[in-house]
Amino acid sequence: MGSLFRSEEMTLCQLFLQSEAAYACVSELGELGLVQFRDLNPDVNAFQRKFVNEVRRCDEMERKLRYLEKEIRRDGIPMLEIPGECPEAPQPREMIDLEATFEKLENELREVNQNAEALKRNYLELTELKHILRKTQVFFDEHEGGANTTESMTRALISDDPNRHIGHVQLGFVAGVILRERIPAFERMLWRACRGNVFLRQAEIDTPLEDPSSSDQVYKSVFIIFFQGDQLKTRVKKICEGFRATLYPCPEAPADRREMAMGVMTRIEDLNTVLGQTQDHRHRVLVAAAKNIKNWFVKVRKIKAIYHTLNLFNLDVTQKCLIAECWVPALDLETIQLALRRGTERSGSSVPPILNRMETLEDPPTYNRNNKFTSAFQNLIYAYGVATYREVNPAPYTIITFPFLFAVMFGDLGHGALMAAFGFWMCYKEKPLQAKKIDSEIWNIFFGGRYIILLMGLFSMYTGIIYNDIFSKSLNIFGSAWRTNYNESTLQSNKLLQLNPDSNDYMQTPYPFGIDPVWQLAEANKIIFMNAYKMKISIIIGVFHMLFGVCLSLWNHIYFKRRISIYVEFIPQIMFLTLLFFYMVLLMFIKWTSYGPTPGHFGSDEPEIVKTSAYCAPSILITFINMMLFKHDENTRPVCDPVMYAGQMGIQKFFVIVALMCVPVMLFGKPYFIMKEQKERARQGHQAVEGAAENGTAGGAAPPAAQHHDEDITEVFIHQGIHTIEYVLGGVSHAASYLRLWALSLAHAQLAEVAWNMLLRKGLMSTDFQGGIFLYVVFAGWAAISVSILVLMEGLSAFLHTLRLHWVEFQSKFYAGEGYLFQPFSFEVILDSAGQSEE
Amino acid sequence: MGASFVPITVFTVLWGIVGIVCPFFAPKGPNRGIIQVVLMLTAATCWLFWLCAYMAQMNPLIGPRLDNETLIWMSRTWGNKIA
Repeated sequence: MGSLFRSEEMTLCQLFLQSEAAYACVSELGELGLVQFRDLNPDVNAFQRKFVNEVRRCDEMERKLRYLEKEIRRDGIPMLEIPGECPEAPQPREMIDLEATFEKLENELREVNQNAEALKRNYLELTELKHILRKTQVFFDEHEGGANTTESMTRALISDDPNRHIGHVQLGFVAGVILRERIPAFERMLWRACRGNVFLRQAEIDTPLEDPSSSDQVYKSVFIIFFQGDQLKTRVKKICEGFRATLYPCPEAPADRREMAMGVMTRIEDLNTVLGQTQDHRHRVLVAAAKNIKNWFVKVRKIKAIYHTLNLFNLDVTQKCLIAECWVPALDLETIQLALRRGTERSGSSVPPILNRMETLEDPPTYNRNNKFTSAFQNLIYAYGVATYREVNPAPYTIITFPFLFAVMFGDLGHGALMAAFGFWMCYKEKPLQAKKIDSEIWNIFFGGRYIILLMGLFSMYTGIIYNDIFSKSLNIFGSAWRTNYNESTLQSNKLLQLNPDSNDYMQTPYPFGIDPVWQLAEANKIIFMNAYKMKISIIIGVFHMLFGVCLSLWNHIYFKRRISIYVEFIPQIMFLTLLFFYMVLLMFIKWTSYGPTPGHFGSDEPEIVKTSAYCAPSILITFINMMLFKHDENTRPVCDPVMYAGQMGIQKFFVIVALMCVPVMLFGKPYFIMKEQKERARQGHQAVEGAAENGTAGGAAPPAAQHHDEDITEVFIHQGIHTIEYVLGGVSHAASYLRLWALSLAHAQLAEVAWNMLLRKGLMSTDFQGGIFLYVVFAGWAAISVSILVLMEGLSAFLHTLRLHWVEFQSKFYAGEGYLFQPFSFEVILDSAGQSEE
Repeated sequence: MGASFVPITVFTVLWGIVGIVCPFFAPKGPNRGIIQVVLMLTAATCWLFWLCAYMAQMNPLIGPRLDNETLIWMSRTWGNKIA
């Protein structure tokens, strides 16, 4: 069974499909999602392929469906999700039915919409007319001077200018409706164009009116313009036209107006019923469509995907069958055969499809079978680079090492618990949360990494217990290994006192699980102790991590049968790392075990005791530097041994020399062997060619050309040189790089402590009931800072540093990442991406 | 020197069970290998981390430097009354 340790074995297959059966077979393969088709006509224009017509028809159907969907959305009708399983891709003949259905629906809808628009326009006109009649009535009523309203208007107009007597002149008027925001400009224009010889009255229509073409709500005003003479009339009408005002006939006589108003009202009512019916019809059509629309979308997209795939195929000379080439996981050949058989049966074809394995020199795609748990980790790896085909996949190891390294930096029981709780909640509510389809990008990142977050939280809890940090406080579960032996007077006279490990202050056996809680209280030298401890564990963890990476490269060499690489790459590499850095780790353990207090001989001056006491403990770093430089420090402490164990100097020199000797092996080993191999081949090839020439079949048997090995030897040298330099310098810099574990964990602990001391402590120390209120406020601040800065920001930074440690320090030891991803033809993927782009 | 038999045995056996015994009982199926790796690596990393913390304190070279009030509080609450 395929596992995650290496990508799946892939084979290139040739597929012969009968023309009639091709559609059904491809549809079955799409449901399966295990086949990646190759484009066999890459030089054929997309418009000249065989099934362009069908694809175009599908596009047209999709467009219609989108139109339908838009209309459904506009009416706010809920679209039914597909109940149960996705519909299968329909038969090609069903496509015509679907097309007909969509055509009918679209036409019906368009017609209904057109009618509705016409009706609405009519309705708008009538309502505007209604408003005009109503508002103008007011204008006319305002001047109750006489029965003839126009006469009164005449008087009003002319009274300003008594010198110019004009006889009884008939005043004309036009009434209309205009957009409210156009009124000021309209008025100004009228005034200028007619030199003040018109009289404009206007009133606002309070209720907004619906614009039928855009169905927006617009505010309009009624206006009425009085003027004199025909010349002005044409001018006014032109201006009205220019401002898109609609003019309506308005009778002069009040009785006529009333009659007209009545007529308008009845017509509006009639129109309302008709409009209602139209809307009902539209609604019915849409509701019926809404039930099926998702289903149709799936069907159409599947058809389209199938024809797209068929376009990649080659046509056989006889035109009877299609030829496809595809990458297939070797383990799934059976399943694919079965699917093909099903497809043939469905299409009723009698000729079975033929699946042929092909030999190829091409690199197959990389395919890892991931489940929802491992895929998040796999994506972290792919973000760096897709594994070369069949290369060791770091993802399975990352599942644990990633959360662990993260936790070393993030170690705090409290913060870890918060993170684990968040991760657990996301995993527990996985299905409902997934169904919700939240669009926020940040949320999707968190949700995608829910298992990583959960594991990071759990590991942080563990490292938090070991660091004995819970929101920067310690737990004393097993009883501290330290106690006070000072008497009262000493305690009273000294502000700071140090406990002496070389006495009964220390019980001589450490706190059994994690760091002793006493260190949390030792504000004066806690950091000194923690620094020494955390720096050492960073290096220890780092060296183990790198050694693990180098060992994985061995696994790669064995798998790819690169025997030379094992001898001239893996062995010198691991020796280099072991002799220098693993040796340093050993020194740390030696220091931990062999220097310290000796029970029963506290404060003794005997040379043997002093030599193993804290006084004589050497610095590991200085020792290591001296070892690299072949230097011997002056012994400043004559009572102490200059070495940690007998023969240390000799062994160290030997180690360094051997490690340095590994470098030329790494540098020249592989190029040398490649050169030798090439010469060998050249000689054999020569002989073969000569032999062939002698036999008189010169062209027939060419020497086996393995293009891979015949690269330029200088290139090999450069390549190997870069590799070696990278590894040797990397050994030093990568080991130092792991010190980030120390730095970040220290920073995290310090920040947590600052948050506690600056906020919560102040709150906890305040008294009285005001103190309670104060604590309430302070706790809110502390909690906010804890979550936002310590968990979120610190978490993010620790995450990024962990990512770097994996990508650079770990994977550079064995991972090439030069592959390309297997992208199978799968309906699931296609429908998913289509659904996403739609939203 | 400073090492105590009980905690070392307890935690080594505990993580030994997780990392060496449990992998044998990993459920059969396509994910067996992954589960085994996960168990083994968990045990290895957690054990190493515990071991480092333990060994770093086994033979302390310095003692904690404490405030005298803290020391008085320690002797009151953690036992060992002041002479």
